[in-house]
Amino acid sequence: MSDWLERLRAGDRATLARAITAVENETPEARAVLKAIFPHLGKALVVGITGPPGAGKSTLINAYIETLRARGQTVGVVAVDPSSPITGGAILGDRIRMGGHSGDPGVFVRSLASRGHLGGLSRTAAHVIDVMDASGRDVVIVETVGAGQSEVEVAEIAPTKVVVAAPGLGDDIQAIKAGILEIADIFVVNKADLPLADRTAGQLLDMLRLKDHGEWRIPVLKTVALKNEGIEALADAIAQHAKLAETSRPAPRARAAKLIAAQAADLARRSIQALEEKVIDDYCDQVLSGALELEEAAQRALAKAIARS
Amino acid sequence: MTTDLRPPKVLMTKIGLDGHDRGGRVVATYLRDAGMEVVFTGPWKSIPEVIATAQEEDVDVIGISSLASDHLLVPKLMAALRENGLDHVGVVVGGIVPDRDERDLLAVGVARVFHPGASLDEIVPFVDRLAKNVRQRRQGL
Repeated sequence: MSDWLERLRAGDRATLARAITAVENETPEARAVLKAIFPHLGKALVVGITGPPGAGKSTLINAYIETLRARGQTVGVVAVDPSSPITGGAILGDRIRMGGHSGDPGVFVRSLASRGHLGGLSRTAAHVIDVMDASGRDVVIVETVGAGQSEVEVAEIAPTKVVVAAPGLGDDIQAIKAGILEIADIFVVNKADLPLADRTAGQLLDMLRLKDHGEWRIPVLKTVALKNEGIEALADAIAQHAKLAETSRPAPRARAAKLIAAQAADLARRSIQALEEKVIDDYCDQVLSGALELEEAAQRALAKAIARS
Repeated sequence: MTTDLRPPKVLMTKIGLDGHDRGGRVVATYLRDAGMEVVFTGPWKSIPEVIATAQEEDVDVIGISSLASDHLLVPKLMAALRENGLDHVGVVVGGIVPDRDERDLLAVGVARVFHPGASLDEIVPFVDRLAKNVRQRRQGL
């Protein structure tokens, strides 16, 4: 076991790929992997990139990788694409735009399908990020699915969040909507060579003026990812924010507590789903007839499930 | 959890200088609709690029689409897979492949060659079975 951990820590790509597969798919090895990497977490700069479909997230990441590589940093990318809600299948196409770096051992890109998970990531994406962190990547970039207003899960995982907008997407009112716009540490208006770029940037700045800002003033940056314009400034802003976030990062114990709670919720759901149909049907009937309230039914089902396991 | 229920993961790509990628797109879409996770790269990939992608994505199957003689590069791809410890990955080729070349491809380990007119009802179950076999042969870290 420690054999593979050594290889992972030494940056072996095949081991990294397989350890990711294990945690992504919760294979029998997954628990051992997570246990072993836990003491090695928290070294990578984790940056989340989110924004609507077509804003240019993947292209921006491609340009950002180039800047990071020029600065001598190694990079891991976790790119999430949506799964079909009907068939479960997925086309994972984010890496089409990141083609400039294959063959560079300092770059490792892994695509994940969201597999029905809402929130912009996949259910096990956080673990995949952890494996990349433990493998010694300096920077781990997380690309969410093309996000609307509520795919804000990346906020829980990435200390630094970049929200990418494209010019002319939505009218003025979009700029004050809750959700994705509220989680930004850095705004990017990509495709800034298009006519409406200044107006979009202006709207974002207007919105930010109404916001309380503490130590960090949220910048609105303009980039043209395809032409590599504005990327140095973006990389600098990410590095600055990450340094600041470092000091306010939740302590390892707080993070572990959160993970334990999440795992417990997962365990509870699975063990309730594993109860026999008859037991569940019985609770359903009682709830439907009004004999039992929902929370009471949930508590009893959980107690039963725990007793069984 | 002992059985592996995750969807098959397929890399659909094209090596060489030919850019006719419609066939690969159609097959990729059908594999997706059959519930598979398909990494799609588009055309003009070099063999080292395909190797790096297959490794990073830990795919079960590689599908090579070939219209204008790209299939002649496939033996090199098979050798590169072996050199990089990826010989467990199943490889299928689809497109215009003369019978004589097909024999050569099968001899170097290609699992199957699909010719023009091949039905998606053939391709999809074949890829599905191939992916499952690949996975069974490959347990642990």
